[in-house]
Formats: sequence, C-alpha cells, structure tokens
Amino acid sequence: MIISGVHSIRMQKNPCCVKLSVQPSRGLVDEKFSILVQNTPPGFQVTVHALHHSEDGHDWEAFAHYTANNTGTVNVSEDPSLGGTYSGVEQMGLLWSLRPVPGNKPWLRMRKMNVQTPMEVTISVYQGHQTEGFTDQAPLAGVVVERWYMAPGVRRVPITEEGLTATLFLPSGPGPFPALIDLWGGGGQLVESRASLLASHGIAALALDYLTPKITVETGKMVENEYFEKAYKVLEQHPQVLGSRIAMLGISFGAVMTFKFAVYSEVIKLSCAVSVSGSHVQPIDGSVKQIFDYLIKNAGNTRINEENQTIWRDLLLPIPTDPAFKVDVGRLKCPLMLVVGEDDQNFPAPESAKDIKEMMERAGNSHLLTVLSYPNAGHLIEPPYTPHVRATNFVTVGSRQKVVALWGGEMVAHSRAQEDAWRKLLVFLRENLYGTNLGATSLSHLQRKGISWDPMPNGLVRDGLHLFYRTEVNS
Amino acid sequence: MSQTISPVLSVVPTRALVDETFKVVVENLPPASPVTLHALLYSEDKDYWEAYGHYVSDHRGTVSVAEDMSLGGTYTGKEAMGLLWSMRPEPGSRTGLRLRKREVTSPMLVHISVYSGHISEGFRKQSPLASVPTERWYMAPGVQRIEIKEKGVRGTFFIPPGPGPFPGLLDMWGGGGGLLEYRSALLASHGYASLALQYFSPGELQSSDLKIQYFETAFNIIKDHPQVIPDSIGIFGLSLGTVVAIYLAAVSTKITPRCCVCISGHHLYPLGTALNFNPKLEKKRLVTERYDENNYQILRDVRLPIPTDLSEKVDVRKIKCHMLLVNGDDDQNVPAVEAAEDIAQMMRSGGNLHLLTTLTYPNTGHLIEPPYSPHFRATNFIVPTTKEKVISLWGGQPKPHSDAQEDSWRKILAYLHHHLYSSTTPKAKM
Repeated sequence: MIISGVHSIRMQKNPCCVKLSVQPSRGLVDEKFSILVQNTPPGFQVTVHALHHSEDGHDWEAFAHYTANNTGTVNVSEDPSLGGTYSGVEQMGLLWSLRPVPGNKPWLRMRKMNVQTPMEVTISVYQGHQTEGFTDQAPLAGVVVERWYMAPGVRRVPITEEGLTATLFLPSGPGPFPALIDLWGGGGQLVESRASLLASHGIAALALDYLTPKITVETGKMVENEYFEKAYKVLEQHPQVLGSRIAMLGISFGAVMTFKFAVYSEVIKLSCAVSVSGSHVQPIDGSVKQIFDYLIKNAGNTRINEENQTIWRDLLLPIPTDPAFKVDVGRLKCPLMLVVGEDDQNFPAPESAKDIKEMMERAGNSHLLTVLSYPNAGHLIEPPYTPHVRATNFVTVGSRQKVVALWGGEMVAHSRAQEDAWRKLLVFLRENLYGTNLGATSLSHLQRKGISWDPMPNGLVRDGLHLFYRTEVNS
Repeated sequence: MSQTISPVLSVVPTRALVDETFKVVVENLPPASPVTLHALLYSEDKDYWEAYGHYVSDHRGTVSVAEDMSLGGTYTGKEAMGLLWSMRPEPGSRTGLRLRKREVTSPMLVHISVYSGHISEGFRKQSPLASVPTERWYMAPGVQRIEIKEKGVRGTFFIPPGPGPFPGLLDMWGGGGGLLEYRSALLASHGYASLALQYFSPGELQSSDLKIQYFETAFNIIKDHPQVIPDSIGIFGLSLGTVVAIYLAAVSTKITPRCCVCISGHHLYPLGTALNFNPKLEKKRLVTERYDENNYQILRDVRLPIPTDLSEKVDVRKIKCHMLLVNGDDDQNVPAVEAAEDIAQMMRSGGNLHLLTTLTYPNTGHLIEPPYSPHFRATNFIVPTTKEKVISLWGGQPKPHSDAQEDSWRKILAYLHHHLYSSTTPKAKM
C-alpha cells in the first residue's frame, strides 16, 4: 500500500471535497493563469496560497484571503482578495507578491538561472483566513503549476566562439528570425531568463555576459567594445538570423552600453534599441572599464539610508552638460524605447529620460523616442509576474563589495509596471523587427533557397522534452 | 533592402492538456494571402499523422484558426481544433492505424506549421514559412503514477496532486485488452484518483479466467487507498469495459459504485458465462459477422436482436447507482443504441429509470474518446478468440464524431463532478 510521503503530519480528511484548478497548469512565465476554487459551502472562508522553492534553496510564499460566493466558488481572476500579500482583484497576485517565508535570510532575490526547467509553484487552498503556519497543516487541496521560460521547440545554443560567453536562444521553425542582443546589469553573470522568453515570442535572442565572461575571469581584464561587436557579427552571420533586423535591449548597466552602441558603433547597426532603467550618462570614449572608473570616481555620492541600504542613483547625477560624458542621442537613427521606474533608487533613470528627450527634441529626432515612465516602480523592471524586491543583497563586479542595494518601487505599482512594460516592449520589438508585409503582394520572396528543415530528423535527439532540429544550408 | 520578414505563427497555449483548446494565429502575412496551416505528429508507433486547412489572410495579414474558415483540407469551416481532430495517417502509411499514447508521462508533440499557398501534399518535403511545436499532455503537473500489482490485480493508478482525499474511478477499456493509461491520467488531471485496470492481455481473452472477484478486488484497492474518499468511487468503461461496469453495478454485493459512465457498451452479458468467452455467441458471430465493401469487419449484428429472455442479459433493474450511457448511432461494432433502449425499458419496468441518463450522438462511431484526438472509422484489430487480424469497422464520420467527443467529454466531466464531488454533503461545523 502506498502512503503519500508528502505529508508526514496528520492527514486531515477534507470535509467538503474542495476542488482547486489552475489553468493553464503549464504556462510561459509571462502568461496569465486562472485559479478556481469550487465546492465549498456558500460564504466559506479560504486562503489561497502559493509556494515556490527557489533554485538557490529558499522558500517563497504568497497568500490571499477570499470568501466563496453562494455557489461555493472562488474565482481569483474576478473576486477580491480581502487581505494577505495582496488585496483586491489581482489575477496574478499570487506570483508577483511572492516573498521569502519568515525565517529566511533577508534581502533575497529570486532568479532562475537554469531556464531549461520550469519554475514550479504549488498553489493550495486552506480553510479560513490564515496568515502563517501554512507548512504545519494540510491544505484542503493543492496543485502544481509549471512556469516556463522556454516554449516547446525553442533551442538553447551556448556560444563560445570569438571568445564570447553567451547563449543564443532560437525560436522554433526554419526562420530566419529577427534577433536581439540582451544585456543585463552590474551584477554580471549570464542571465538567460529574458532572452529565452523573447525567443518564445519569435525573436532570436543572444544573452551576452560582458562583465564576468570567461575571458575576463581568466585575464582579469574587462572587455572592450570589440567584444560586443563580435557578438553582433556572430548574430548577423547566423544562418537563421535576419542580419538586417537586429536590436539591442539592456537593463541598468546593460542599458548604458546599449546607448553607446546604438549611437557610436560603426559595426553594430540596430533596428531599434531598448533601455530599461538605464542612462546615457557615461564617458563616451572607452568601454566597460571606463564606465566603471567613472562610477567609482563618483562613489562619494553614494547614500546609505536608515535601513543601511545603498542608494547609487546619485553616482550619475547631476546629468552632465559636458558632451564627453553623455551619449549624443541626437545622432540616433533608430527607434528607441525607454522604460523608467520613477522610484528608481539605483540609477537616475527618470532624470536621464528627461535629458534624452530634450536632446532629441533639440536635434529633431524625437519622433524615434518612446518613453514608458511608471510612478512608484523601481529599478528592476523585469518580465511580469516575477516577485518585486525593493532591496536585495548585491555584489558589484568592480569592487566585490557586498551591500544591500536599494532598487526602489512599491510592490503593486511595480508589478503593474512590469506587466505593462513587457507587453509594450514586445509590441515595440515586433513592429521594428518584424515590420509588416502590408506592402508585399506575394510570399514568393520568402521561399528561401538552400535551407532545408526537417522537424523530425532521423534519429530524434531529445533533451528532456525538446527536439533539436538540424538545419543545413545547401550551397 | 528586401523585406524578407517571415510571418509570425503562434499557438497559445504552447503546452496544454489534451482536452484543452488552443488558438492558432498567423500574423504578418500579406493581405488576402492564401496559406495552408498544417499539423504533424510523429507517433510512438513511428507513423506520421497530419491535418491541414486552407486559409486566406484578412486585410491585416492575419489568419486566426479559431475565427476564420478553412476553405479545404482535412477539415473545412470554422474549426478551432480541426488541426487535431482531423489528423489522419500521411498518405502512403500503413493501413488501419490508430493513434493512442502509451507513455503518458511525456506529451504528444504536434508541429503546427504555415505554408505558402493552398497545398495538399508533400508537406514534409518543403520548408514552411513558420513552425511551432505544441505539447499536448495527458498528465497535469503533480499527478502521481503508481503501478499496481497486488492481490492479483494489474493496473496503473493515477492520483491527482494535493493531499486529497479524492473521489475514485475504476477505468476499464475494451476487448482489445492490454493496459491503456491515458484516460485515467487525464481523469486524475481533473481531480479523480483513477485506476486504469488491465483485465486481460491483448489476445489473451480466451485463456484468462475472469471473475467478478477480480473487479471487486480492484475496486477495493481504490477504496482502501488513503487518498481516496471511500464512498465516492465511480466506474468508467468503454465497450467491454462498459459491459463489466453494468454487470458490477447490477450484480455485485461487495462494492457500491456511486455512479457509472458507460461508453459504447451493452448489458447483453448472460449471468454465469465467462466474460471472456461465450461459445454460443462465438457460433453466432461466425454467422452474423459482416464485411463491408472495404472488407472491414462489422460486429454489431452479433448481439442482435436484443434478447427478451432475462437470462441473456444483466438485470439492470437491480442497479442502484446513477448511470450515464454515451453512444454513437453509427456504432458498427456493438448495437449500443438498441441496447440502451432495452436498458431503459427494463429500468422503467423496474422503477429505477430515474438513475439513467443516455446521450446518443449522430454519425458517431464506437470509439468515443477524450476530445481532439483523431477519429478512426476502422482500424486493425486482433480478434480475441481466434487471434486473426482484421480491420474492425467502428463507424462514425470525422466531424460529427469529433463533435460528439468534445460534447460528451464535457458532459462526462460535469456528470462526474456532480455525482462524485458535489454530492458529498459538507459538514456544518468546519
């Protein structure tokens, strides 16, 4: 006889056969789900709870209090939460209001570094309106939900040629696809969460580690601009990439780099650029190291608040008037989107956005500019439904100093900003990278010669659930 | 610079249960552009199954399968799920094939592609404009799969995620034998602890010694499981599985199912005979089995006319639980509709007709399965008693049969919810 090993505590008989369903049970990280509780007595009080055991071994939870209607149903998409880690009608609140369970070390950040497996969240429903002790009791019902960064068929290709440390995510299908270089921030590492999602939306995305790549780890030297240009060339020449449609997307320090290449690079020709929580303020000569030196030079502007959290936004303030210290966005030739959190405590993104707008208006190219500015949103504007963290442990690549960095933002406003910005970002990328074929009259130009594609090559190669497609270019 | 921008194909959701719908949309085409949408599946048996529909994009260069009409292909009209239910083996495949997933812990991978123009063949020889695979799962995350080999009972038990306890189901397939897990896996994904019961191996029908005790033991294994609500267990059968279900409901004194779902079956099982072999029936079969113009075997007449003699059938007047019959009026394998009428007559005279609900679907055949799986009008079958290989005619036409699968599954789930979930009365004090 098999006894479920999951609950070693007393098994409480479910008194009224409550049914819990979450749809879809397997979704992409940026997709919504619907949670339905059924079969309770009318007016029954329940707590809907989410639990996630993160990759780095910490438990995160969220919960909300609901009251069933007269048919014994709770519909999280339509009913208001009466309290918990969020309140009101919030379809995705159980994900974006996740926080470390009490007892954990403080200032944790949730990141998924392995994007080939899904994030697993256990959604449960408990009796009554509870706020703690969830692990000490059996819920009335519980289901497991998978949240994926990679859609089926997306291919993950590590890139090590040309001394690069990068991962290319290719959408499924023959392509060719428009592409994007994805740059993260001052913490370094190879972060794949956004690039994998973008590939799930049809964009070949290259996550590029430019602060802690193998070459820097081995030589101790930071990369130069040529490193980024090599990454661009690798993308441009890839048989499944449309070399004429490449964009760059950067967050934080990555956005700082994006401005530099969007305006000054002779090699990198972008169809569009996106800066999330970034700034055009930087020494325009030089590369990564020079920017770090500039920040260190202004390190005296660092502020520490009463909670001992580090505020770095003043390191780039005031916005310089000297043209040697800010990218001349008036020379920009491609569309630019700025995503700005007005409560950004790490970068002066709002002030930079204002200055960028003024520069572009003076230069006459402001028609290229789109600014999305969100009140009460902080610095870490990431794909939606990931938990908001106001301050976390942080180690800067340059100084190796451990601090608690204040990012800013208020949870609800920040979560709404992430959802809105992501949707608009995808539209912006779609319009600029895919364009429209309304001018075309036929698709004959799309019958690419020489690329054979077989979804089911002889000898299927399976890695978990993903088939790898072989593509060959016939000469 | 030439505009070599490809269309964008999206399937939402990319991962779903097999009974969930999806939306297939193509964008970024030129307006009024003819395209073909195509679905391709490489089965466990190494056959290619495909479906396709011909579409024309609108003024924005968009095709939406859920909203637009297919103008030709393996399905026509407005059919959101046509790319799945109209799949058939690629031309040139072996004959008489049936698509059934044996390995339920992995999904079916269906490749949805869009091709330029209206084409009807040679899909694998050319490159599509875009292609997206989509996963179709029988098991939701967290469903447990437990192999059962105890007290002589063989089967696989699927338990929903969560602490439970859950209502239970005894799930039985038909005369082909063997063990098919996919329906139980799907039922567990909907909150039922479901045991897929093996009651004979394929071809073993004559030799195995089936008694009612086997099924009662299986039922009790479900009942005794700590995650099952002991008085909320139903029986789910198809074809011969239905015969067993009806028999158990009427005859067993040891088990009390709360309800039964009986697909494409009958009650014509004389008491006292072995379930697996009836010499009298065998003789009759040799006389009454027919072959149609394609040489497909039709067995529906073997059990006609419906006997009036009570000893030739299960006394359904003794049934005390609710029963749902689901039948197709083009069932060429068993006279399910006629049997259902007889069951109703018997239950009317027995005063328990209020327990019976019958759903009969037009132009629908014998194999009524969970929705969006392809329809098979006739497939290879090994006759259990003689081991001969025939092509058995099941009946039905693709579109009405697929509609019936969709409609009946929804109604079956609602029926199970009503009888196994809702009717558990909640206690006043929580």
